[in-house]
Amino acid sequence: MKKINNGKKSFLEEQADQIRREIITMAYVMHSSHTGGSLSCVDLLTVLYFSVMKLNPHVPLDPERDRLIFSKAHDSKALYAVLAQRGFFNKRKLSTYERNGGLPGHTTRQVVPGVEISGGSLGHGLSVAAGMAYAGKIDKKTYRVFAILSDGECDEGSNWEAIHFAGHHRLSNLVAIVDYNKLQGFGRTTDVLDLEPFAKKWEAFGWGVIEADGHNMSEIEKTFKKIPFVVDKPSVLIAHTIKGYKGVKRHIDQVSSQYKSPTEEEYKKVLEDLG
Amino acid sequence: MRIAFVNALFELAKKNKKIHLITGDLGFSVFEEYMSKLPKQYLNAGVAEQNMTGVAVGMAMEGKIPFIYSIVPFVTMRNFEQVRNDICYQNQNVKIVGVGLGFSYGQFGHTHFGLEDVGILRTIPGITIFSPGDPVETKLVTKAALKIKGPVYIRLGKAGEPTVHKKTPVFTVGKGIVVKKGTDIALLATGTMLPIAVEVANILENKYSVAVVSMHTIKPLDKNLIIKMAKSMKSVFTLEEHSIIGGLGSAVSDILAEEGIQVLFKRFGTPDRFNKVSGDQNYMRKANGLSADQLALSIKRILKKNKAIQLEELKDL
Repeated sequence: MKKINNGKKSFLEEQADQIRREIITMAYVMHSSHTGGSLSCVDLLTVLYFSVMKLNPHVPLDPERDRLIFSKAHDSKALYAVLAQRGFFNKRKLSTYERNGGLPGHTTRQVVPGVEISGGSLGHGLSVAAGMAYAGKIDKKTYRVFAILSDGECDEGSNWEAIHFAGHHRLSNLVAIVDYNKLQGFGRTTDVLDLEPFAKKWEAFGWGVIEADGHNMSEIEKTFKKIPFVVDKPSVLIAHTIKGYKGVKRHIDQVSSQYKSPTEEEYKKVLEDLG
Repeated sequence: MRIAFVNALFELAKKNKKIHLITGDLGFSVFEEYMSKLPKQYLNAGVAEQNMTGVAVGMAMEGKIPFIYSIVPFVTMRNFEQVRNDICYQNQNVKIVGVGLGFSYGQFGHTHFGLEDVGILRTIPGITIFSPGDPVETKLVTKAALKIKGPVYIRLGKAGEPTVHKKTPVFTVGKGIVVKKGTDIALLATGTMLPIAVEVANILENKYSVAVVSMHTIKPLDKNLIIKMAKSMKSVFTLEEHSIIGGLGSAVSDILAEEGIQVLFKRFGTPDRFNKVSGDQNYMRKANGLSADQLALSIKRILKKNKAIQLEELKDL
């Protein structure tokens, strides 16, 4: 999956791998869980924060900014790392991750600049994002609202209330992105509660749907240039990803990637592979 | 009370364009004028209270002042986690309006009773809880809610509640209103029990001097007034159309116990059991020992060192 042009990484690939280094370091140092889902959404976040979203890291609450609602807040390492990499705050702060009084394990509103909402309980973010998009529409603002969801999170009924609402109100300034790594807390999505036919469900609720390889950054970048995917409708990118991507080999695409932190040897190997 | 609420909100919303009334598909014969005159500040979010709450938070984050509206259980319990995490934890300027406290929807059965809302919401930091006692107080708390920059819950009855205040009283958030002065018994009442408390006081008046206080704000609670009453009176009773657990009575008990005040005290609310019967509000109050006559009898018995009306007696209804 690694895409190298003449052995040289693109700017976005370089950013993404740097973010992965930070994630795996946080996981290793604090023996923390939720690493697999952090790694699976890195490429998506990288494209959003380094290419797609209108933002200024020095004015994190700029009223005209594009908003990103990180609903899968358990994968906080990914959001903290991408925000730090993008210059929202000093990277040194990442070393406080999950330490007493430090960065919380679930992303918390304004604990560092750039974190828009407090998350942790699944199925909340899309409604809040829809409310922001609704307010933007009635005020004729140009900002867009992105919401990152996990696949397991789509089991929550409240998400479908939000999907219903956004479709009805034609919130074309709203973009949902599902990190569809096919693994949820304690099993494969196909075994626990199958989401398929996933794209058709969103379509039936009035959304424009695009499916893409969530690790192909140039493809994702092109896709996001087409917002809204369908005129006058909210957009959803169903991003096919791999849980634990580019992380510890034995946890890639395994439930264990949600829980296990790397050993010292594994940690060094991941850093080496990231180059 | 809901008419008093929507009229007050309508007046406020005409002047303040940030106000949005968001309903969970309720409001027939209540919201029509607001809808037609202020369509841009009105949203029917459908029968989806969790999403309605989240949407309100998103709008609040963009500077709007949403008032979300539904029947008490659906706007406090169905969406409790959204209230806790999204509104209160993030200190958002969202007002929650529950219509139909206690047995306002008595005929509809227990799913529609509003008996636990104060108990659960009181545990959340940072929320203001209003439980106005009549239409006059309803107007006052609606105005006060707008002035508070943060989460507010307004607990309303439904329709036809009697007006207790002949003229607009002095109103301060978190300060009880002494509706009637007295020296022997203090009746601390909230919500729809305020007019009942006045009735109880009238029944007892030939033998006792009874004070009636409207506790229109349950959080923050008027601790000073409660202490003053408890120290100067022979007995204190709380009256609420809410479970005996978690509401005004529990909140007052906390204060009396921790202050070590020895006073004859009892909470009147609904007993800790599901109602097997349904019926109109007065019928349901009777089934729970909350009619004015029953309360007066219970209080007389307690003052004579006997027990209040017991559950077994209520079964004879």
